[in-house]
Amino acid sequence: MSPPKVTAAIVGPGNIGTDLLAKLRRAESIEVGYVVGVVESDGLARARSLGIEASAEGVDWLLRQRPLPEIVFEATSAAAHRANAPKYAAAGIQAVDLTPAHLGPMVCPPVNLARHLAEPNVSMITCGGQATIPMVYAVSRVTPVPYAEIVASVSSRSAGPGTRANIDEFTHTTSRAVAEIGGAARGKAIIILNPVEPPMIMRDTVFCMIGADVDEAAITTSIHQVADQVREYVPGYALRAEPQFDQPRAEWGGHGRVAVFLEVKGNGDYLPEYAGNLDIMTAAAARVGDLMASAKLKAGSR
Amino acid sequence: MSTPSGGTHDIRITDTTLRDGSHAMAHQFTEAQVRSTVYALDRAGVEVIEVTHGDGLGGSSFNYGFSAEDEIKLVAAAVDEATTAEIAVLLVPGIGTREELRMAFDVGARVARIATHCTEADVSIQHFGLASELGMETVGFLMMAHRTTPEELARQARIMVDAGAQCVYCVDSAGALVLDTAQVRVEAIVREIGDQAQVGFHGHQNLSLGVANSVLAYRNGARQIDGALCALGAGAGNAPTEVLAATFDKMGIDTGVNVAGVLAAAEEVVKPYLPRWPSMDRNAIVQGYAGVYSSFLLHAERAALRYGVAAHDILARVGELGYVGGQEDMIIDVAIQLAQDNAG
Repeated sequence: MSPPKVTAAIVGPGNIGTDLLAKLRRAESIEVGYVVGVVESDGLARARSLGIEASAEGVDWLLRQRPLPEIVFEATSAAAHRANAPKYAAAGIQAVDLTPAHLGPMVCPPVNLARHLAEPNVSMITCGGQATIPMVYAVSRVTPVPYAEIVASVSSRSAGPGTRANIDEFTHTTSRAVAEIGGAARGKAIIILNPVEPPMIMRDTVFCMIGADVDEAAITTSIHQVADQVREYVPGYALRAEPQFDQPRAEWGGHGRVAVFLEVKGNGDYLPEYAGNLDIMTAAAARVGDLMASAKLKAGSR
Repeated sequence: MSTPSGGTHDIRITDTTLRDGSHAMAHQFTEAQVRSTVYALDRAGVEVIEVTHGDGLGGSSFNYGFSAEDEIKLVAAAVDEATTAEIAVLLVPGIGTREELRMAFDVGARVARIATHCTEADVSIQHFGLASELGMETVGFLMMAHRTTPEELARQARIMVDAGAQCVYCVDSAGALVLDTAQVRVEAIVREIGDQAQVGFHGHQNLSLGVANSVLAYRNGARQIDGALCALGAGAGNAPTEVLAATFDKMGIDTGVNVAGVLAAAEEVVKPYLPRWPSMDRNAIVQGYAGVYSSFLLHAERAALRYGVAAHDILARVGELGYVGGQEDMIIDVAIQLAQDNAG
């Protein structure tokens, strides 16, 4: 007999939802029971072909199903999640939110997930945040970081209309999360869209301001440790080079700097490999959901 | 959509010494320099003066270089010094946000120039929305215009006009457009938006064609042209404001700019604080030739020193990889990879 699993649902059967489904099918503690949209779509058809119950009748349909899902992954829009979140909460369903609604605490698996496994609703931040916050955390747990700055470069093809119409929200949310979750006193985020063909793989650069007399070896070790943890759920997460340390400068207020150059190659489950920015969101969400499910199984009656 | 007010001259020159020039100054402009430059430009009849970090509002950063002075303070000083000129600010969505645009407006900036890579105009819609709501004059800035076709550039200009742009520029950020290729791009944009909005041209000197391309742009319908005093700007610098003014005047094209006034501004105000006169040296020519964002020049020179590789090799590689404006971090990445290749 196969080990017990927690029933989950995916709301939003678009590219993100479909890629997430592929990842969740490999999860240890989750079984996707339902996929939900609001119109008939390729995503729903694909789910049905995998033997999953899929409906275009929205969240109200989902809430009539038995058993109810215990975890729902929301891959719709901020507005849709704001409308749906109270319904999930009322039904006692945990929500993993991949939209920019940010209703619950922001989580980044290697940094703060353990603290939030029982939250009714968690936010997956942004793609740039998932890629870079682990590195800010890796530095800030070794030495104080008065300022951290991240530059996310993504292929134009992987930036959808939602991101494009709301680019300031990406900048604000990621800046805030770099500080609050990453552990820097101040954060700044920059996003660049590059249309080059063939599409460029997602690249991220993390700059952390650090003191003049820091233990560079300890920082480097910490960075590699956290990168290994991210690689457990994003195999294509790689350092392009060793962390680069720059000596203190007057224009940096007498601080030094460490720079980490990352490449985030997606797993190519449904989304193309270059779209590491989307992959790291679905991979992190799958990780979060799987650990929530595992906690339920451990705590629960099964 | 109305075209910008004024229009009493054949062309309006926007001087960007205090924005694009910020790259060549490593973003170290002082308030005194800003004041003296604005004073001289304003008295010479230049109607729009752009003041911002080289990478636009919010550009002060590790990636692009920290500003010596808070840019909002510099914008306020420029507004204070100008009697007739309007002060413009540049905003690159993804780097700056509406929050900074509002701050610039609050201290008196009245022209919002929203810049995107030439194929990504749809990231500017929310910023044009705020600029229009604030009653600012709006300009769209399609950077690295050599990287796409005239038809696509025109389509992108349409997106900006629909979002509220009163003028859209063909921006030759890499100084890579060579006469015909500049001309056809301006022509295509004019054809698409000319009945609703103006068209502008922003030239760089990497292949020495900034002024010639600007003249061709005018002949094909452009009515706003960018320049910088002493060419102070990224790469080999911008089309020099004083040369544009003299050339257009000699051709009988009215810019409203007093030639003697801008010559004095260049010679007596800007030249004394130039760290170096932007020049068409090997690195800058490679930028024009390979189509590399001009602002990458000083970053490549610094990375070259730090990692013991040649700046022109870095720039050529950056061109091959197709990096766009804003990806200054990739210069360090390329330098590290080149150093590893050399060692291996």
